[in-house]
Amino acid sequence: MSHTEDTGSRRDFLYFATGSTAAVATVAAVWPLVNQMNPSADVQALASIDVPIDGVEMGTQLTVKYLGKPVFIRRRTQAEIDDARSVTMDDLPDTTSQNNNVAQDKDASDQNRTLDEAGEWLVMVGVCTHLGCVPLGDGAGDFGGWFCPCHGSHYDTAGRIRKGPAPLNLLVPVAKFTSETVLKLG
Amino acid sequence: MWIWGIVLVFTLVMQIVTGVILAMHYNVGDPFASVEHIMRNVNGGWALRYMHANGASLFFIAVYMHIFRGLYYGSYKSPREVTWIIGMLIYVAMMATGFLGYVLPWGQMSFWGATVITGLFGAIPGVGESIQTWLLGGPSVSLATLNRFFSLHYLLPFVIVGLVALHIWAFHTTGNSNPAGVEVRRGSKEEVEKDTLPFWPYFVMKDLFALAVILIVFAVVVGFLPTYLGHPDNYIPANPLVTPAHIVPEWYYLPFYAILRAFTDDVWAVQLVSILTGGIVTAKFFGVLAMFAAIFVMALVPWLDTSKVKSGRYRPAFRFFFWLLAADFMFLMWLGAMPAEEPYASLSLLGTAYWFGYFLIILPLLGVFERPKAPPETIEEDFDSHYPPKPAE
Repeated sequence: MSHTEDTGSRRDFLYFATGSTAAVATVAAVWPLVNQMNPSADVQALASIDVPIDGVEMGTQLTVKYLGKPVFIRRRTQAEIDDARSVTMDDLPDTTSQNNNVAQDKDASDQNRTLDEAGEWLVMVGVCTHLGCVPLGDGAGDFGGWFCPCHGSHYDTAGRIRKGPAPLNLLVPVAKFTSETVLKLG
Repeated sequence: MWIWGIVLVFTLVMQIVTGVILAMHYNVGDPFASVEHIMRNVNGGWALRYMHANGASLFFIAVYMHIFRGLYYGSYKSPREVTWIIGMLIYVAMMATGFLGYVLPWGQMSFWGATVITGLFGAIPGVGESIQTWLLGGPSVSLATLNRFFSLHYLLPFVIVGLVALHIWAFHTTGNSNPAGVEVRRGSKEEVEKDTLPFWPYFVMKDLFALAVILIVFAVVVGFLPTYLGHPDNYIPANPLVTPAHIVPEWYYLPFYAILRAFTDDVWAVQLVSILTGGIVTAKFFGVLAMFAAIFVMALVPWLDTSKVKSGRYRPAFRFFFWLLAADFMFLMWLGAMPAEEPYASLSLLGTAYWFGYFLIILPLLGVFERPKAPPETIEEDFDSHYPPKPAE
C-alpha cells in the first residue's frame, strides 16, 4: 500500500475527517435525548422561594417544602440556644458547620449554624443525613432537638448529629432575611 | 424443578397483557387517585391490578427457583454459559422493571422507595449528585420522575422479551440440562433417542401440569390474599414531608437490600477500602458496590466453579455448601426486612460474608478438594438405575 509518507495519505485524512464528523454528529444527536431528563425550566424556576415568617412563634417550627424537600425553620427559645452553645466540639461526631451561608472550614459551633447573631433562627433541610428520612422535631430525641425515627439518629437543638448512624449534621441551606418578616431560601 | 421456565414465560406474557390494560386507565398526572379508580370503578380493574402486582411476586418466586435449580444442578456450566449470562441480564432487567413499577401507585412506600434507591446513585463519588438529579428530573422525586419511570416500566418488559428469546435460543443449541448433569450422546440417531424424550407429549404435558398447579395457588393468592405481600403504607398517598417509620423494599429485593445495608463505617473492610482510595469510597458507596457485586459474582459462577462434575447430586460436599447458600439467601431476606440496628446489622454482615465466600472461595476450592461420586456415563444409564428396564420376555 502507498501509506508511506509520514504525514499520512489523502485517504487517511478522509477517514479521520469522516470519523470525527460522525462522532461529533452522534454526540450532538444523542445529547438532547440525554439532556431532556435534566430538571425542566419550571423545576429550575423554583430554585428560590420567599417564606413569610412573621407567624412563627418562639419555640415552634415552620416546615416548608423547598426543592421537593422539607425545610425546618425553627425559632428557638433562649433555653435551646443556651443548651446548643454549651456544647464543645469534642462532643460532636461531625465538627463542620454544614452551613452553606458560611465558609466551608467553619466549625460546628452554634454561632456558625444559625442565621442571626442572637441564634434565634435555625434553618435546616429536614432530611436525615443517613438515608434521607424526615426527622421529627419539637424537642424530640435524647438531645432535645430532632430525632429520626427510621434508624434512630439524634440531633441536638442546633441540628447537629449527636447519636446514631447519621454521619453529618443537618444541612443549612442558602437562606437570608430579605426583610424583617420574609426569609428567602436559595 | 425443570418447570419454572414455562412459569416464567407465562408470567411475562401475563404481566405484559395486564400491564398494557392497566396503562389504559392509569393517569400519571394524578397517579394515586387513578390507581384507586382502577381498583373501584374500572370493570374488573381490581382483579387486573392484583394479578399484575402479585404477578410480580410470582415472577420472582419462579426466577429464584429457576436460578437456584441452575446453581444446584450446575446448569450454568459449559456449554451453557451463554444461557446463564443472558439469564442474569434478564434477572437484572426484571429487578429494574419491578422497582419502576412499584413507584407507579405513588403511595408512601413508592415515593420513599424511589428516594432511597435513586439515592444509591447519589453515593457515586464526584458525579453522583448530578446523575441523581438527572435521573429524577429535579432535586427530589417528583411527578417528573414518575412520568419517566412509567415510560421505562412500559419499555423494559419488551427488552426482557427479547432477552428471553435469546435465552431460549441459546439452550436450543446446547439442549436442556438435566438432573444427571450428563450431556446427551450425539454419536448416532439411536443414541440420541435413548437419551431423550420427544417434546410432544412428554415436555408439553409436564409443563402444562406444573403451570396448572401453580396457577391454582396464584388464583388463591389473587382472590383471597391479594395484599399479603404488600405494605399498608403504600395505601397512604405519597408525602415528601413525612417518612414512613420503616422503609422496606418488596420481598424480592430484601436479600440484596440487606447486603447494601450491611456495610457501615465501623466494618474493617469499609475502613480499609476508604483509606486505600483516599476516602473516595465511603461506607454508603461501598454498600452500593457490594450489592451490585453480589449479583455480579453470581453471573461469573460458570468460571468460579472449577468442578468437572456438573450436578450437585454427585457432589456431597458441594451439596452441603449449596443448601447453606440457599439458607443464607432466606436469612438475608429476613434481615432485609428487619430494622437497621443490632443484632441485625452484624448478622447481615455474616450473611453477606457467606454469600461472597460461597462464590469466590468455596466454589473454586471445592473443585480441587472435593471427591465427587462418579456420575453415570450416560443419561440412559441414569434412567435405568431409577426405573430398571423390565426383563425381556
